[in-house]
Amino acid sequence: MAQASDVNFAAPVHRPKAQWNQRTIAPWLFLAPGLFMFAVYVLWPIVQSITLSLYDWNGLYNKDGAFTGTFIGMGNYAELMTDPAFEVSLWNNFYWLALYLLALPAGLFIAIFLNQTVRGIRLYKSLFFFPFVISQVVVGLMFAWFYAPNFGLFYLLTEWITGKGTAILADPDLVTFGIIAAGLWPQIAYVMILYLTGLNNVAPDQIEAARLDGAKGWKMLWYVVLPQLRPATFIAVIVTVIGALRSFDLVSIMTSGGPFGSSRILSYYMYEKALSEYGFRMGYGAAIAVVLFAIMMVFISGFIWKMWRDEKER
Amino acid sequence: MVHKKTGALALVAALLMSTSAFAQQRLVTWNADYDPIPLAAAEAMITDFEAANPDIDVQLTNFDHEGYKTSIRNFLTADAPDLANWYAANRMRPFVEAGLFADISDLWASEGLNDSLASSVLSMTIDGKQWGIPYTYYQWGIYYNRDAYKAAGIEAPGADGMTWEQFLANCATFKAAGIDCVTTGSSALWPVAGIFDYVSMRTNGYQFHSDLAAGKVSWTSPEARAVFAELGKLQPFVTENHAAIDWQDAAAIFVQNKAANYVMGNFAVGVFKEGGMTNDNLGFMVFPEITAGVARAEEAPTDTVHLTSGAKNPEDAKKFLAYVASAEAQTKWNAAVGQLPTNKNSTVDAADPFLSAGFASLSSATGGIAQFWDRDAEAEYAKAGMEGFQRFLVQPEALEEILTQLEATRLRLYPQ
Amino acid sequence: MFPRPIQQSSTGAQWLYTIALPISLVIWLFPLLGVALTSLRPASDLAQGNYFGMPSGIAWENYVYIFTETPIGQYMINSLWVTIPTVIGAVSLSLMTGFALAVYGFRANILIFFMFVAGNFVPFQILMVPVRDMTLQLGMYDTWYGLALFHIAFQTGFCTLFMRNFIKALPFELIEAARVEGVAEWRIFWYIVLPLMRPAIAALSVLVFTFIWNDFFWATVLTQGVDSQPITAGLSSLNGQWIAQWHLVSAGSILAALPPVAMFFMMQKHFIAGLTMGAVK
Repeated sequence: MAQASDVNFAAPVHRPKAQWNQRTIAPWLFLAPGLFMFAVYVLWPIVQSITLSLYDWNGLYNKDGAFTGTFIGMGNYAELMTDPAFEVSLWNNFYWLALYLLALPAGLFIAIFLNQTVRGIRLYKSLFFFPFVISQVVVGLMFAWFYAPNFGLFYLLTEWITGKGTAILADPDLVTFGIIAAGLWPQIAYVMILYLTGLNNVAPDQIEAARLDGAKGWKMLWYVVLPQLRPATFIAVIVTVIGALRSFDLVSIMTSGGPFGSSRILSYYMYEKALSEYGFRMGYGAAIAVVLFAIMMVFISGFIWKMWRDEKER
Repeated sequence: MVHKKTGALALVAALLMSTSAFAQQRLVTWNADYDPIPLAAAEAMITDFEAANPDIDVQLTNFDHEGYKTSIRNFLTADAPDLANWYAANRMRPFVEAGLFADISDLWASEGLNDSLASSVLSMTIDGKQWGIPYTYYQWGIYYNRDAYKAAGIEAPGADGMTWEQFLANCATFKAAGIDCVTTGSSALWPVAGIFDYVSMRTNGYQFHSDLAAGKVSWTSPEARAVFAELGKLQPFVTENHAAIDWQDAAAIFVQNKAANYVMGNFAVGVFKEGGMTNDNLGFMVFPEITAGVARAEEAPTDTVHLTSGAKNPEDAKKFLAYVASAEAQTKWNAAVGQLPTNKNSTVDAADPFLSAGFASLSSATGGIAQFWDRDAEAEYAKAGMEGFQRFLVQPEALEEILTQLEATRLRLYPQ
Repeated sequence: MFPRPIQQSSTGAQWLYTIALPISLVIWLFPLLGVALTSLRPASDLAQGNYFGMPSGIAWENYVYIFTETPIGQYMINSLWVTIPTVIGAVSLSLMTGFALAVYGFRANILIFFMFVAGNFVPFQILMVPVRDMTLQLGMYDTWYGLALFHIAFQTGFCTLFMRNFIKALPFELIEAARVEGVAEWRIFWYIVLPLMRPAIAALSVLVFTFIWNDFFWATVLTQGVDSQPITAGLSSLNGQWIAQWHLVSAGSILAALPPVAMFFMMQKHFIAGLTMGAVK
């Protein structure tokens, strides 16, 4: 059946003029409201933030309504270079990114584990997916309880194994990893669902053919199944990378960046500097946001480029 | 007459209503940010004042507590009321230096406030002049658990408290008995600032501590190092993992007899009692003297009322301020709210041992009243300081790095 | 199918699998089970340190308490005020933008499409200060509509991607035939394409509902008091008041999680369809 994607938009078409006009204007009319909102709330603020990062501003306007910031050029960025909290945040973001990718093999493994047709498997799949549906605030509170010193299950477990309880959220060297573990819980669930759907659509004839050839287990997975899971893997990588770099809620609710800033990440540091009780340095915060944005743009551009190539192939 | 509404629109409406219906009375406007209980107490205070001064109408406009901190920056310039609530010491400095609060040293002199509000003189004075009226504060100090002392076989502190050496020696005994000598929950940062403030004031006195909070002295100076040296003596005896718990979690540890002492404010007594402590096993003492001869300063965050420089009716506003400073008004207001009057001639409920002990401690504090680190120090600097204090209590071996970073922050915020 | 169907393995392996499933589920949901149990534990148990032993009773009153003594009900209503208009707004706008990008060929088409996609991935922090400032200036700070308007605008990115791909998969002959008949473009949209979009609208609505209900960052940045804060920000501030009262924190967390969970279980098919669209060629 012909689909919109089959139509060659570039080919010249002959139509009466009135129709031509209607069909030229129509897309813009349809696009207008959405595009307007998006431009106002997403595109323009990006430009504004970049500009703001060149100023020193405390968020106030004077009584005439005029902007009270002072232009300092690259001053904020120069300060970032020597800011130890910024360095800690960068490192933590790196750990988030690297460790979050563990969600892919974990999600794949669970998907394979659940990809059977026994009775009640649908319920199991739904329940395994559960952590993704709840808010990250709730996930954070659950894990804060899990890690709590003196009575938290994790603390008691470490006490039982090593004789001395480890309060992960109090240890500056371990705290980031404890929070990342909390974040992986819903992320693995998300990746699991992606792979479950992907597995559902793996071509059965290829599997049969490979089985006849004697392939099984790891070989089957690596040479036959994974290549067919490529679209699912692509999406999984996108959401995992984006999720790792954008994470904010867990750090905010579990440690507020502590102890003494050891679990800070760029997204939370920006919020601290711009908006929290102890800061109103909007320009400096904007500079941190620009750095985070630049880092993410590297990945976003990569994803868009790949998606564009896929579109062209269609 | 009192109008309780919030926001600018309400303010305009209130002004219109008052000027039309009560044209005979002279108006005094007052902006405040009270929670429900203090608000009721403030209304009662206004009623009493107006009964004695029928020709004056005081109008209170109440703001939401958090929003007030931003609103005040606007209304002091845009449309100033006669009176505004705020806080003492370095916290009021920006408004004093911007010329937004009025000098009321004359009122202090004429009403004899330098005597009756003696403990608060230092915290209300900038450049030798007084800039507001303090009317309420609450004490900080060491709350101790008699049962924990008994369990470790240590004599509980007497009426005079104890010496620093004795306190530290006790700590070693507590540790051997498996009890935390000092507990705290530092995940919200501010509780450890209380400990630091006291060690600092007992080591070097109020003035150095105030200068430290204002960014005027170096963190690497010998005096500052001395504070950390003393704090370091306490560090091994503080609850482990305090960085992961909040002050209420630490209160639970204290209530369960697993900790002996807790440096806290009087608001915690309610929480201790809810956890099951009584006047029998809960005690209070002032923080021990560390350097002999240093005038005793105390930590007591103070709420204040100020005359604004844009006031339209300063004469009658000053009359109301004099009333707020009086012993009777302060006794009544603080009795309703459960805090301490700043006027040493006021009275507190003798049946409450903590209020009585706090009142005695603060009224006789000749060294000055500190406002707590996160009010004495400006916001960003305060946070840097508190993170440093927390880090020192977790990683005392990182002292040099902590001091270097604090000093770098100081030089950035207060360029020399 | 992969892996080999368990029915083809030995009986022993089948039994192992049957046992492994529930055990692995319990381990997986451990934090959740722990919190759910704690939410039903009486406060006295916790005060005495009885965290994991037999509870002395089932404390339904914990839930009653948080409803009557805290504004949690108000927070949940606020969440509804923000979430439902956002779902309606975002889905409506993206139906139109998705239609435009899927059906019409014009030079800027692919550029605009990728702009929507990329915009969906930007970190919130790059938007925070200007959006907050604009909301303040327009007097929409601390209101449900201020927050909803932002969410509608931002979600348009993801929703446009979704709708555009869905519409592209529809049979183009329907549109062509209508054009030949001389039907106006907006009629084509309204009478021909829209009715076919029902599954997409269902899937997207469920997803957007979940995302917005669970949003924490913008709730904190754009709202402040009890009157307008959604449940995520509300829970965070209640958490500040309920320190060491884990039975209340647990009960509040369970309550906050219920609506998206209920939505998920009722509309599972749509939810998963929405998330996994694109995971297969």
